[in-house]
Amino acid sequence: MRQEVQIPMHVPRIAPSEITPPEVYFNRRQLLAGALAAGVSSLAGAADEAPTGAPLNYTVNARYSVNEPPNKYEEITTYNNFYEFGTDKEDPSHNARTLPTSRWSVVVDGEAEVRGRFALEDLLKGQSLEERIYRFRCVEAWSLVVPWVGFPLSDLLARFKPTSRAKYVEFTTLYDPARMPGQRVSVLDWPYVEGLRIDEATHPLALMVVGLYGRVLPNQDGAPLRLIVPWKYGFKSIKSIVKIRFTESQPRTAWNVATPNEYGFYANVNPAVDHPRWSQATERRIGAPFLAARRPTLPFNGYAAEVASLYQGMDLRRYF
Amino acid sequence: MNVTERYRFIYKPLVFAASLIPLAWLVCGAFGWLGFDLGADPVKKLEHECGKTALNLLLLTLAVTPVRTLLHLPQLLRLRRMLGLFAFFYAVLHFTVYLVLDLELNFATLGADIAKRPYITIGFTALMLLIPLAATSTNGMMRRLGRRWQSLHRLVYVIAILGVWHFYWQVKRDVREPLVYAGILAALLLYRLVRARTTLRAAVKLTSRSGSATAPERT
Repeated sequence: MRQEVQIPMHVPRIAPSEITPPEVYFNRRQLLAGALAAGVSSLAGAADEAPTGAPLNYTVNARYSVNEPPNKYEEITTYNNFYEFGTDKEDPSHNARTLPTSRWSVVVDGEAEVRGRFALEDLLKGQSLEERIYRFRCVEAWSLVVPWVGFPLSDLLARFKPTSRAKYVEFTTLYDPARMPGQRVSVLDWPYVEGLRIDEATHPLALMVVGLYGRVLPNQDGAPLRLIVPWKYGFKSIKSIVKIRFTESQPRTAWNVATPNEYGFYANVNPAVDHPRWSQATERRIGAPFLAARRPTLPFNGYAAEVASLYQGMDLRRYF
Repeated sequence: MNVTERYRFIYKPLVFAASLIPLAWLVCGAFGWLGFDLGADPVKKLEHECGKTALNLLLLTLAVTPVRTLLHLPQLLRLRRMLGLFAFFYAVLHFTVYLVLDLELNFATLGADIAKRPYITIGFTALMLLIPLAATSTNGMMRRLGRRWQSLHRLVYVIAILGVWHFYWQVKRDVREPLVYAGILAALLLYRLVRARTTLRAAVKLTSRSGSATAPERT
């Protein structure tokens, strides 16, 4: 087994001069240094990788952070389900490097007053970032603890002034088979689509993420803009978002379309409702000590106090 | 060196060593030796690699008969028992990793998994069926069981089907790899079916020509 390394609970302080403002960063053409560092670290093999992205300016949000040690940067960036880059956990860390995340734009459409195409740096302008340490529970019954950097999804959605008919929000991942080799295989119906009910989307826990461990999000984790909905299975937390659409009817989401009996629209973490092929009662925490990695799964991934009221009166077995 | 000596002193030791390579790789990975590493989730990696190695060796075992017939290498039969036993060895390792490292010896979950999860049920069944085959793999047992030995060891077809099915069923969505296994297994089984039919036809022709009323004994 790999050696246990003490995980720093707090991200080291970074000199203000070292920080790239997100607007500048997201406008870059290429981050050569990052690419070089990634190349070197791949030769180093098992050595622990240090975060390589540009540092971000953020504050720590303790109110929304869990008291559990976060996983290593290396674990969070080499164990990814991002089928656009291949279906093996290591595939995204190898294949996502060449994805150009500069000059990224997001199309806003549907039941909102403000629609159109927005450059990512414009969406981030003046937006203060915060770090939140969230639990992350995959539908495959493994889990991580991740220090994300981002801002409330509700802040972003409010800018577009959704109309009263906006009952749901639909998100779409980039479709680019040339750079996303996984999309050349019809494992899922590309592009990847996810969605939330509007009250879920505006819940303060729903986070738009641009960073990890205080630095710009690596491509394999969904750069440059991804969603994190910590009380739902990981597949709801869509990556590399290029489109946000407000809708009146429930979006047709990728995994739900692929296997409706296995993956519901809601996909709230629920130890009482098993996946048809495996149990959801427990999970294995990646990187946890030998023979002490399996732990009980908590309802709503431990966020029941905050979010259970969203589902009052709903049969969670039916709306899994 | 005659054929027997060549098998005893060269080919068998080579196959033995080659069959241990996956284990050596996994042990190095688990301990971080020689720069090997099992990634962020070593338990899943160990579990999956042991399972896949068991399947690989099982398919290799089933490939011995067609290869020795098609390439006219009857001596290859001498390697089959070792391949089969290594398949069993990796299947046991696969189950051990699942029980000890994945379930962390939670026997209640083990029982629930075997009873409730069809892919675990069939995987466990395949493992159980391998036990009598491994136990009767000695020369002494072969002699003692006589013709019943061959009937018993035809179970390997059922085991291989269950094993590939177990692999197919546990994959979340990307079934390309288990489908490759299924394709190879189908080819290996089809070969036997075709050969059995040919033998049957030949035997029927032979008996009808000779005017004998006795049916062919076995095909």
